Amino acid sequence: MHEFSIVQSLMNTIEEHAARQDAQTVTRVVLRVGPLAGVVPHLLKTAFDTFKDRTVAEIAELVIEMSPLELNCRDCLQTSATDTVRFKCPECGSLNVEACEGDALMLERLEMEVPDGPA
Amino acid sequence: MCQDCGCSAGSGRKIVEVQESVLASNTSKARANREILKQHGILGMNLMSSPGSGKTLLLEKTIARLRDRLSVGVIEGDLETERDAERIRSTGVPVYQIVTGQTCHLDAFMLHDALHRFPLDTLDLLFVENVGNLVCPATYELGTHLNVVLLSTTEGDDKPAKYPVAFKNADLMILSKMDLLPQTDFDAARAIRDARIIRPSLEVIRLSARSDEGLSEWLDYIDGAVQRLRG
Repeated sequence: MHEFSIVQSLMNTIEEHAARQDAQTVTRVVLRVGPLAGVVPHLLKTAFDTFKDRTVAEIAELVIEMSPLELNCRDCLQTSATDTVRFKCPECGSLNVEACEGDALMLERLEMEVPDGPA
Repeated sequence: MCQDCGCSAGSGRKIVEVQESVLASNTSKARANREILKQHGILGMNLMSSPGSGKTLLLEKTIARLRDRLSVGVIEGDLETERDAERIRSTGVPVYQIVTGQTCHLDAFMLHDALHRFPLDTLDLLFVENVGNLVCPATYELGTHLNVVLLSTTEGDDKPAKYPVAFKNADLMILSKMDLLPQTDFDAARAIRDARIIRPSLEVIRLSARSDEGLSEWLDYIDGAVQRLRG
């Protein structure tokens, strides 16, 4: 259960980007999480809701987009994506596979309210 | 945003494409740690496993066998107590204990702080004994050169399949407590197969720190890594 540590560094990144844009309010935070990232989405949300109080992201909604696990199959040589952590080729059923993608823990984008610039 | 009623008059909505790893600050601190190790010519090894798989006993045995030819140091990570540090200290090598409190892993910042308090000048080899936990430590790169995961025969051969994240960045898996194998249903071939699906390049050593089985293979692995680092 290290989601609190992760959200702490997420908050720092959000604050940095908001300050750079001179934004007072962040309204939406979009994360992309792979099944091998080692985090539990609903725990991330709980941690986010705990930490966001009295920050620039106080009213922000956290959106978690799950990205698939991608497997290279050494038997049928296909690359396939699967939503579950199951190391079995969805094409031919072989267990002779290798994970090539799936540990993403990315802050994709932020939506924020920024002051109107000079007309 | 309007300070009076909270409406969005006087401001605009902006979408910023960030595309940055949430762990970016840890990654850059890990890079700094790697640089410190490089400047001192030290090989760094990060030992990870469940609690009770035999990390500290393995370190005690390893230090006893290596100390004539390599200068070894240990940084210990635990939620509470200095017990592991005391065990290592009694071997006579420098040791520093990181007490993490409620934090279930070491991160690059904690290691960085410890490196600054450690006598690095004379070291050849630094072991980092991570917090006993097969889940969280794997998410945090420390900046060490090699990740070693211990899996004891008494834990069961299903652990690589159940805890894939722990094995995804491992360089070496040590199957520990091999002396207890006859008392268990542990299927080493199954554990190795499952772990290599996640990490195809994973090396494996079967070891018992009690009977010394596999110990010389482990020492050869360390010597080889030290030699590669020295180029």
